[in-house]
Amino acid sequence: MGRSSELHGQSSRFRLPRGGDDAGPLPDDTGCGVLHVDMDAFFAAVELRAYPELVAEPVVVAGSSPRSVVMSANYPAREYGIRSAMPVAQARRLCPRATFLTPTRGAYSEVSAGVMAVFRELTPQVEPLSLDEAFLDVSGALRRLNSTPAGIAADIRARVVAEFGITCSVGIAPVKFLAKLASGLAKPDGTVVVPSSEVLDFLHPLPVSALWGVGGRTRAALERAGISTIGDVAATPVSRLKRAVGVAAAEQMHALASGHDPRPVTPDSVEKSFGAEHTFDTDQDDPDVLYRELLRLSEKVAAGIRAKRIRARTVSIKVRFADFTTITRSRSLVEPTDVSREIHGCARALFIQHTPSNALVRLLGVRVEGLVSEDDGEQLSFTSDVPRWRDAEVAADGARSRFGAGAVYPASLLPPESSEGSG
Amino acid sequence: MKIRVERDALADAVAWVARSLPSRPPVPVLGGVLLDAGGDSGGDADALTISGFDYEVSATAGIAATIADGGRALVSGRLLADITKALPAQPVDLSVEGSRATISCGSAKFSLPTMPVEDYPQLPSQPTFAGELAGDAFSSAVAQVAVAAGKDDTLPMLTGLRIEISGDTLTMVATDRFRLAMREFTWQPAEEVTDAAVLVPARTLAEAAKSLGSSGATLRLALASGDGMLGLSGSGRYTTTRLLDAEFPPYRQLLPDQHTSRAVLDVSTLADAIKRVSLVAERGAQVRMEFGEETLRLSAGGDDEGSAEEELAVEYEGEPVTIAFNPGYLTDGLAALSSDRVELTFTTPNRPALIKPADSDGTVIPGYLYLLMPVRLPG
Repeated sequence: MGRSSELHGQSSRFRLPRGGDDAGPLPDDTGCGVLHVDMDAFFAAVELRAYPELVAEPVVVAGSSPRSVVMSANYPAREYGIRSAMPVAQARRLCPRATFLTPTRGAYSEVSAGVMAVFRELTPQVEPLSLDEAFLDVSGALRRLNSTPAGIAADIRARVVAEFGITCSVGIAPVKFLAKLASGLAKPDGTVVVPSSEVLDFLHPLPVSALWGVGGRTRAALERAGISTIGDVAATPVSRLKRAVGVAAAEQMHALASGHDPRPVTPDSVEKSFGAEHTFDTDQDDPDVLYRELLRLSEKVAAGIRAKRIRARTVSIKVRFADFTTITRSRSLVEPTDVSREIHGCARALFIQHTPSNALVRLLGVRVEGLVSEDDGEQLSFTSDVPRWRDAEVAADGARSRFGAGAVYPASLLPPESSEGSG
Repeated sequence: MKIRVERDALADAVAWVARSLPSRPPVPVLGGVLLDAGGDSGGDADALTISGFDYEVSATAGIAATIADGGRALVSGRLLADITKALPAQPVDLSVEGSRATISCGSAKFSLPTMPVEDYPQLPSQPTFAGELAGDAFSSAVAQVAVAAGKDDTLPMLTGLRIEISGDTLTMVATDRFRLAMREFTWQPAEEVTDAAVLVPARTLAEAAKSLGSSGATLRLALASGDGMLGLSGSGRYTTTRLLDAEFPPYRQLLPDQHTSRAVLDVSTLADAIKRVSLVAERGAQVRMEFGEETLRLSAGGDDEGSAEEELAVEYEGEPVTIAFNPGYLTDGLAALSSDRVELTFTTPNRPALIKPADSDGTVIPGYLYLLMPVRLPG
């Protein structure tokens, strides 16, 4: 998204007109089977449904802690230079009159699930990249829907506005990375088509940073070699590219610069594992500190998989000792879980079993694997409805998303000073 | 020590004792078996007792012996078991001199190092006699219940099998929180015995009950809840097991007192059908059971992994219900019934189902139950 401003210069030629039929000839979308659909300022747009009077005002969604970062900013706020992941304090300096809203986590996954369901009505070939963006391969659905890729895109955009009250932008292209570039150009609330016959015209004037996989360091290396646009990359012999950026990156980059991207749209590309780790400021050997850190990491991991509506079958820990030797040990649970109390119980048992007491620990990690979807059915237990730890944790998820990450902890994670504090 | 024993008796007794030894002993002496000829460990003057102990479990077997010279020795249990198993069918001469033990049988002769007897822990004494019961009935009851015990040692209270003594009723129960198995039967308590409830490591008890009960003899149960010890003895052998020091969850409140649906089925037909349809279910995935007036429709799997379904005749009372179970848990329960037919009763798809053995008329055979939580289906 941050790149879209760099691309605006030449985008108009590929942009679909907004008005509809009275506009001129449409770009040719024949052979453009891949759609990249990206919600516009997703978190902000979802929150703004409750505050229609703020739509034209700068609005930022962020946690309420002083150390929070911006989750999402609407387009009026972006005009002040506010961007995602920027510290809240900086955003306030850039635009003191902006309205800051705290996030409502449940709302985003609900809207996201609804939007993805709309996509899946059109084609089963849906690959979600995050809550707010997905690739769709519609080439197999054209005949059934009696439509064109641009027609399907128009249908999606109309339905998302009508059913969810938010807007989205769509990029249409023969391959994935072009579709993603195109949706960036289309923002906000637009559609951009990269016709098969004009791929190179579209691509070559763009800066190298628009290529998938090119970050700051690669860009600097390319610029040192005198390569600044994608066209330059395509015109450079692979052997020279290899010297600049390495063998693997060079071949991929050259293929992309020529408009080739062999990655298919892969439905249900679910994650294989989910983890969190922490490096201590000073090496630790106090078991209470270490168990507490395992609890904090387990909380984080459990909340993460709950947000993704998955449960885990295996828990593993990673322990790096003061001398940098590192062990990872895992154990399978009897039944998959998303409850931090169970993940912590397992992580703690693994730690006790595999770590010598008094060992100085530099880093701890907790990871869950063997992920299963909530759609797989859940083995109930006799305690499922007695002391519902999961309910308590889900309530805490809600409180955290409303009041910031520090709102709710298990008592043992309370920092010592807070027990002496305002109490 | 210098004694002569019968070859088969020795091999059986050593094999039985060695089975309870730890596979990786924390200290070498705990991998040993203690041989005591005519000694002071409570045995007869004309007997060799063979004992093993790892602080959790002890096993002692006695066999008849001709004793020329009594004494005690500690030798590697694994090695002694391997040797005695391989001996020819001849009388066995055992002797110990200095730090070597010699085993002679026919023309074969073995010499083993011994370990210092002084380093061996004191064997626990057999706790107070609590009552007796038929060995095979006891071992099958333990097996019926232990199937539901937990294997996750992060929840130690669920790895136990609870034994409750209430007059002449003995109750055994175990749960891993997904299912619960319970067996109740009458026994012959000792006159002095008081009501008690103890928690025994389920796996250990199941092994001890199996090895002692299979001979068909009468088993004697001994209990010292103060010392945290359970003893089992029969046929010249006895074991002690350390009790779990953990609180078993209050379970009686879990047992449903009513149901809205009742089905009666043939056990082996149902178990075979479940095994078939669950071939397409990924690890741990559920089998769906749709109960209708006269048919039970079993199904599993989905579009991605393949699907299967099968219909069975059922005697069913109640509204049509679809309920899903982990096929492994369900077949565990069916296998534990040891009856030809099964009664399933339940209320709603998210409440536990009660599984009981039934006779050919569909009448419940009292004494055993298996309570199973279903799998909540999505949506």
